[in-house]
Amino acid sequence: MDDKSDATLKAAIEAAAKGADAPARRGPIIKLGGLLALGAAALAAFSLSLFWGALPLPPATVLAGLFGQGEAALIVQEIRLPRAALTLLIGGSLGLSGAALQGLLRNPLAEPGLLGVSSWAALGAVIALYFGFSAEVPVSLPVAALVGAAIPSLALLSLAQRDARTGPLILAGIALSSFGGALTALVLNLAPNPYAISEMVLWLLGSVRDRSFDDLALVLPFIAVGWGLLLSCARDLDALTLGEEAAASLGIRLHWLKARLIVGVCLSVGASVAVAGSIGFIGLVVPHLIRWIAGPSPGAILLPSMIGGALLLTLADLSVRIIPSSGELQLGVVTALIGAPAFIALLWRYRSEA
Amino acid sequence: MIRAEGVSVTLGAQRPLINVSLTAEPGRVIGIIGPNGSGKTTLVRVLAGVRPPETGQVFLEGQPLTSFSPAARAKRIAYLPQSGSVAWPLRVRELVALGRLPQSADFWRSPLHHPTSQDQAAITKALADAACTNLAERPYPSLSGGEKARALLARALATGAPVVLADEPVAALDPAHQVRILSVLNAQARAGHTVVVVLHDLSLAARFCDHLVLLNAGSVAIAGQCLDVLASPLLETSFGTRFHRNLSGPVPVLVPTHPIEITDDR
Repeated sequence: MDDKSDATLKAAIEAAAKGADAPARRGPIIKLGGLLALGAAALAAFSLSLFWGALPLPPATVLAGLFGQGEAALIVQEIRLPRAALTLLIGGSLGLSGAALQGLLRNPLAEPGLLGVSSWAALGAVIALYFGFSAEVPVSLPVAALVGAAIPSLALLSLAQRDARTGPLILAGIALSSFGGALTALVLNLAPNPYAISEMVLWLLGSVRDRSFDDLALVLPFIAVGWGLLLSCARDLDALTLGEEAAASLGIRLHWLKARLIVGVCLSVGASVAVAGSIGFIGLVVPHLIRWIAGPSPGAILLPSMIGGALLLTLADLSVRIIPSSGELQLGVVTALIGAPAFIALLWRYRSEA
Repeated sequence: MIRAEGVSVTLGAQRPLINVSLTAEPGRVIGIIGPNGSGKTTLVRVLAGVRPPETGQVFLEGQPLTSFSPAARAKRIAYLPQSGSVAWPLRVRELVALGRLPQSADFWRSPLHHPTSQDQAAITKALADAACTNLAERPYPSLSGGEKARALLARALATGAPVVLADEPVAALDPAHQVRILSVLNAQARAGHTVVVVLHDLSLAARFCDHLVLLNAGSVAIAGQCLDVLASPLLETSFGTRFHRNLSGPVPVLVPTHPIEITDDR
């Protein structure tokens, strides 16, 4: 092969390589622009969910109601605003936790339910429903769910302090998760009457309907602390791209990183499940969608995944209200219906890349 | 300057390192050689501070390594582990930027996304030193084995740490890449760095190392000037093989010929 054709070949290879990673090749300004656009979209979806509800109201009435004026004040302030705000918080928690866990476990298929937090929070809620606490004191349901979420969190935390590797963490999370699921099934099995079962199952499917400011006030501190802890992991997760040994040699304290991340996921996801039940696939799918915009670095996708999760869940909640059905669809059902095919598509993509 | 003193490591019933001492000085390449399972990797991990020894101590710049915070240690020791797995398809430039993490104290600013001009200069130099400049914009998974090894080496060099520890950086590379990477490490030593490198190929060790430490079953069999170690009869007993040796020529050559029969001992 002569020099000229060699050079042509080299140029062609380089051009192909450049084209192959086009989504990852974005400058900081485009990235900032993408982040702002994402935030604007989430804000727009949030406003839309204030203006859209079971009872059609003219925009001017909704706007007046938002500031406590006119006949719509009650509907907008007590029903629509808490719902929209909770949806943002929960979607953000799921997206952020999913991105953080994928970074920690160096596994693109990790999702917030992996640590068993969701299933134990659900168990707590189902127990509260079983004994009828929630009928007497409404706030007892999210509190029971938070207590439930604390159990696998503490178990995983003590494991992470004894063993620095992430492999056992995944296995323990899966074991805890199925154990929580088994206990939930046991409670359903022992339920006193069909009405109780239907109440529990419906709650497990996940929804943000008819949530109040009390719910919001209860979970907001947990979610805020959780977000802070998770966002603080960005640098350490970047380092972890190179593996645990190399990350440790770069000065990362792996125990401290794991503790922050586990507590952050448990607080934000536990609180989310406590008010809204199990909502799947947001935490799994959002980080992958964000990688198209922000590039593959695990630290760089944290904040966009949070905003993206909030946006996607708000859109899902809007679609719940738009899709005509005999009863309102449960939010968790809709996210699973959208998420499962997206998940399969992702698997397909990874398969074809491998 | 990094020094291990009477270092022992215990893993359950096994003792991968038994009372090992080693001194690595600036301007020198120290090679660690020995058969599989002789404790080479464990020794480098202990030196890097990622595996604390059960007994004995490591001294960095005359201070116990344990007295350094992880961040302070990371500025002074660059460690290139044996298994270089990269979890996400970062571009080579981003990968190399990770080596700058120890140098940026600012909690919220990552050199990966917002490098300072100092970071930029170090990244550019590391890319050039490891002959990766033309790979800078390529995603890591698209690289060949030799290119990956160079990119990971550039990551370790980007820190600018005075001590560089590399665990089998040339395993599974073709001869040209072996020579290229070891030349880079050798040049680092000539520029005043302390370089410790684990090697399997004894001819390469002879070509690029100043000192050698021969490990066998967790202990130092012999340590000293490169050619002295390679000429020692302990080399053959440690590896359990005969060697064809020509150490007097311009390029020393060691080729394993046939295994030593264990029946000799009976």
